Amino acid sequence: MDSQSCVSIQLERDIIYARQIGRQFAEQLQFGLVEIARIAATISEIANNIFLYAEKGQICFQIMEGTGQKGLRIIASDVGPGIKNIEKAMEDGYSTSEGLGAGLPGIKRMMDEFEITSIVGEGTRIKVIKWVRSCDNEG
Amino acid sequence: MKAIMLDKETYKQLLNQYISTQDEGALYRAERLTRNFIKKNILPEEIIDLHIQVLRETYPTIYEEMVYMCQFLLETMISYGLAIQENETLREKQLAMRTEISLAANIQKTLLSSTLPEVDGLDIGVISVPAKQMNGDYYHFVTGKDGSIGIALADIIGKGIPAALCMSMIKYAMESFPEQLMNPNDILRRLNHVVELNVDSSMFITMIYAKYKNGLLTYASAGHEPGIYYCKETDTFYNLKAKGLVLGVSTDVSYSQYEQELKAGDMIILLTDGVTEYRNGDQFAKRGELLRIIRQSMKLKAQDIVENVYQHFNSLSEYYQQDDFTLIILKKY
Repeated sequence: MDSQSCVSIQLERDIIYARQIGRQFAEQLQFGLVEIARIAATISEIANNIFLYAEKGQICFQIMEGTGQKGLRIIASDVGPGIKNIEKAMEDGYSTSEGLGAGLPGIKRMMDEFEITSIVGEGTRIKVIKWVRSCDNEG
Repeated sequence: MKAIMLDKETYKQLLNQYISTQDEGALYRAERLTRNFIKKNILPEEIIDLHIQVLRETYPTIYEEMVYMCQFLLETMISYGLAIQENETLREKQLAMRTEISLAANIQKTLLSSTLPEVDGLDIGVISVPAKQMNGDYYHFVTGKDGSIGIALADIIGKGIPAALCMSMIKYAMESFPEQLMNPNDILRRLNHVVELNVDSSMFITMIYAKYKNGLLTYASAGHEPGIYYCKETDTFYNLKAKGLVLGVSTDVSYSQYEQELKAGDMIILLTDGVTEYRNGDQFAKRGELLRIIRQSMKLKAQDIVENVYQHFNSLSEYYQQDDFTLIILKKY
């Protein structure tokens, strides 16, 4: 498997495909079951945002290898309306009350690093990283 | 992750004990263990993960299908885990907000505090207890240079913080009015103007303003709960009749002014609807109940009477106060 791969999101089934690819990367990195499930849930969330709100977009996976640690970087970028009020979207209870799922705060909780940039009228880019913790492989 | 490892052995032991004996004790200890998990912020998916690990260790030859089942369950628990974390954050936020509100309530108390004036021949008692932290009732006493006293009692329709903010406005507006030639009806007319200009149209304020001097009470009301006059001579309670539109509804409103003479032993009772609408289950404690209690304790000091009434209504409603409660009693002696 390559250390990088991108999935374009247009249809709902693309979300499932993106989860699949993400899971393969996560397994390759030997994440534990819980972390793999959280990575898949994160992919659902960001892919769903593209599917529901953007005209087009893609999700790219990249294995990160730094000094002494490995991880998975996921970048979702879209061409779309952008998010008017990121601060509000990052608030707990904002998207969940609308029944839209975990929302951005949920993604932030599940991942180790989270970064969002959005320009209204142009699009949104979300970058997350999950690092492999050594004790994920214990037990 | 580390915390759960420490409990893993306990979990494994309890699970095995239960599998072989279906022992209630194992279930009980598992319940205790779960509380420990919650304390350590361990999420449902992590417990299922632990379960899978224990299964694999205990039954190395377990069917893969059984493990898949558990994995499936684990995946479905992710959203629950997130919901728990979100609830926790929201709870912390709520706690912080409560602390802030209680600080604000203290500031409100300081801002709106009013000292009881000393008037010859008049015994005054007052009690004002908010239903929540912030009080939507407001009373204020002023002493005029001519020896008269002014009594303002207001109730903001709507409770909580907006009501409290509104109170401060009323207070400072009243203080800005020139003292000379201010009659109750003038004060209400001016306040109506201030409220109409500054307060959201969904908010209304009722108010009774009374002035007392040398045995004569002059008063005007802006849609406020009618006050009560007790006549010693006939030993009867009468409603203090007064007509007037609530504050803030219309721009130009004039208020009528009324008078009531007080003789020794007479009383004036001013109140907010929190007193008459005190609830006992589904039953409102009506004015009759209020008068009964006042009659019972009529011989006491005015302050003791109002406190008696509050205690009585509070126990009647099983100590659950639904509305702000303010009661003022003036006793002529």
